[in-house]
Amino acid sequence: MPLLEIRNLSVEFSTTSGKFRAVDGIDVTVEPNDLMAIVGESGSGKSVSMLAVMGLLPWTATITADVMAFNGHDLRDMTAKQRRRIIGRDMSMIFQEPMSSLNPCFTVGFQIKESLKKHTDLDRKGRQNRAIELMQLVGIPAPEKRLNAFPHQLSGGMSQRAMIAMALACEPKLLIADEPTTALDVTIQAQILELLTSLQEETGMALILITHDMGVVAETVRRVQVQYAGQKVEEQEVGALFDDPHHPYTAALLAALPERATERRLPTIPGVVPGQFDRPQGCLFSPRCRFANAHCKAVEPVQASPEMGLALCHYPLSHGEPTNREKAS
Amino acid sequence: MLRFVLSRLLTFVPTFFGVTLVSFAFIRLLPGDPIQLLAGERGVSEARYNELAEQFGFDAPIWKQYIDYLIGIFQGDLGTSFVTKRPVLDEFMALFPATLELSICAITLAILIGIPAGVIAAVNRGKFFDQALMTTALVGYSMPIFWWALLLIIVFSSGLGWTPVSGRMSLMYFIDGPTGFMTIDALLSGEEGAFKSAVSHLILPTIVLATIPLAIIARQTRSAMLEVLGEDYVRTARAKGLAPLRVNGMHALRNALIPVVTVIGLSVGTLLAGAILTETIFSWPGIGKWMVDSIFRRDYQAVQGGLLIIAVIVMIVNLTVDILYGLINPKIRNR
Ligand SMILES: Nc1ncnc2c1ncn2[C@@H]1O[C@H](COP(=O)(O)OP(=O)(O)OP(=O)(O)O)[C@@H](O)[C@H]1O
Ligand SMILES: [Mg+2]
Repeated sequence: MPLLEIRNLSVEFSTTSGKFRAVDGIDVTVEPNDLMAIVGESGSGKSVSMLAVMGLLPWTATITADVMAFNGHDLRDMTAKQRRRIIGRDMSMIFQEPMSSLNPCFTVGFQIKESLKKHTDLDRKGRQNRAIELMQLVGIPAPEKRLNAFPHQLSGGMSQRAMIAMALACEPKLLIADEPTTALDVTIQAQILELLTSLQEETGMALILITHDMGVVAETVRRVQVQYAGQKVEEQEVGALFDDPHHPYTAALLAALPERATERRLPTIPGVVPGQFDRPQGCLFSPRCRFANAHCKAVEPVQASPEMGLALCHYPLSHGEPTNREKAS
Repeated sequence: MLRFVLSRLLTFVPTFFGVTLVSFAFIRLLPGDPIQLLAGERGVSEARYNELAEQFGFDAPIWKQYIDYLIGIFQGDLGTSFVTKRPVLDEFMALFPATLELSICAITLAILIGIPAGVIAAVNRGKFFDQALMTTALVGYSMPIFWWALLLIIVFSSGLGWTPVSGRMSLMYFIDGPTGFMTIDALLSGEEGAFKSAVSHLILPTIVLATIPLAIIARQTRSAMLEVLGEDYVRTARAKGLAPLRVNGMHALRNALIPVVTVIGLSVGTLLAGAILTETIFSWPGIGKWMVDSIFRRDYQAVQGGLLIIAVIVMIVNLTVDILYGLINPKIRNR
C-alpha cells in the first residue's frame, strides 16, 4: 500500500477576479521510504498541491480529488482536528524561506519542543533531551546553547537546519521539503540537500523534494515528477528521465541545464507559465513548445503509456523526436 | 537589555527639561501680567503688587526665575496654589488616586475587550463579526465623549436607575482608606454595601473613558493580526498540527502585540485628556476635574504644576512601554 496516494487532485482558488485552477488533476504516489522530486517552474502549482495534502490552504481554496489517502487514512473526509493529529507528526513539511518560517518571538528550542509537546507524551526533561538530539542530528553545533537562541541570531542555513529538526521531531513517515534550498547560497544548498538525503536514508522516511532546479534532482532523488501549469506532465525514474525525456517541457528543462548545454549560449524556454488569464486552448504547454502544431493548440492531450513516462502530450518524444505524428495528421 | 534600558533612560533627560521649559513658559506667555490676572477685576495697589511680585519671584531676571523653578522642582516644590494656599504637589497627590483608579479600570477594560475583539475580527476577516466590530469601533472612535457620557447617564442613571449619576461614592459612606482607591478602601473598610456603591459609581465613567482607547486598540490589533496571519511562521505553526487557538492566540498574537503595545502606551496620553472631560461630566474628584476647576479659578500655579506632573507621568508611561516593547521583541532585547 502506498504511503501517500493522490488521484486527480485539483485546487481552485476563488479570487476577486474569478476562479483560478492552480492545480489541475495531479496524481502523486509515494511509497514508504520513497525519495522523489516534483519539478516545475515557478507558478506550476507545486506548493499548492502539497499544501492541499497538508490541509494548509486558505479557505478560498476548493480542493477536489478522487483519492487522497495517507497511511491508510482518507484525507478528504477528515475533520480539521483529525488532520491536526497527523500533520506535524506522521507527515511534516519544511518551507522555502527558513528565515521567515521560524517565529521571531520564540526560541528555537521552544519551537522544536512545541511539536513534541503536541504529539508525544515525553515529559519536560524528555523533550529537552530529544530537542538536543534533534539539533545534533541536523548538524547544529553547540545544541544546548542554540536551543536558547532566537531565530534572528541564526544564519539562513542554520535556520533551515532548525526547521528540519522541527519537522523531524516526531519521526514522520513523510517529509515534504518545499524548495528547501532556494533561499540559501550555493555551498549551503549542497549541505542541506546532503543532510536531507542522508536523513531520509537513516530514518527510512519518505521524502518529497519540491524544486525548480533539474540540477538538484539529478544527484538527489530516485524518481521525478514534472509539473507544469498545475498538471503533471511526466513521471520517470531519474536516470531514465535524464537519458530520454518524453515530454517536450522536460526536454526543454534539461536542455537549459548549464552542464548539458551543447552550444555556447544556454537554451531557454521562451515565455512563462500561463496564469489565471492566459490559459491556452488545447495543450497548456503548446504556446511554448517547439514541436507544437495546430492539433496541439486545439485538443487537450491525454496521458501516454507508462513506457512513455505518462507524458501528457500528443506526440511524446522518444530520443528527442516526436512520435505518433503520422497518426494524427 | 541593560544597555537598552539605560539608553532609553538617557533620552528621558532632555525630554524632561523640555517639559519643564514649556510649563515654565506657560504662565509667562499668558496674555497680560500674571499678578494683574491674579488680582482680577479689583486690581491691586502698587505696594501690594511689588510684594506679590517678590513673593512669586517675578521681579528677578527670567533665567534666574527658571533656575529657581528647576531647583524648586527637584526639591518637590511645584509652587503654591493661589486659591487654596496649599502646595500644588499635595493637592495633586490627594486627587491623583481617583484619576489613577479610573484610568486603570478604563485601560484594563479597553485591553481586555479590545485585543480579543481585534484577534477575532482578524481571524474572521470580512465576515459579519469583523464588519460589525469595525463599524462599532469607528463609531466609538469618532463619537464626542461628552455626548456619549450624557447618553449613558440618560439611559442607565436617569432612565433605568441602575447606576448613580456622579461622584465616587454614595454619601451614606465615609471612606478614607490607605490606598486612595475607593474600591479597595471600601473593601478594607468592611462597611456593608460600600464596595458595591464604589463599583457602581465607577462603571459609567470607566466605560466612557475606555471607549476611545478600546476602539484604537481593537483596530490596531486587527490590522497587526491581519499582517501577521499571512506570515510564513504562522503557516509553520499550523503545519505542526497546533490548534487554531494556539496558532492565532500565541504564535500570531505574540508578534502582533509589538505594535499594539506601542498604541496602548500612546493612548495613555489620550486617556488623561479624556479623563479631564469624563471627570468633569461625572463630577469625579480627580486631577482632570481639578485642572478644569483651576483653570476656571485662574489658579495658574496649580495649572502649571498639574501640567508638569501629567507630562512627566506620560513620559514615564512611554518609557515603560519602550522597555516593555524591548521585552516582547527579542530582536531589540538581544542586540
Ligand atoms: N492563496 C492563493 N490564492 C490565489 N492564488 C494562489 C494562492 N496561492 C497560490 N496561488 C496561485 O497558484 C499558482 C501556483 O502557485 P504555487 O505556489 O503552487 O507555485 P509553485 O510551483 O510552488 O511556484 P514557486 O516555485 O514559485 O514556489 C500560482 O499562479 C499562484 O499565483
Ligand atoms: Mg512554491
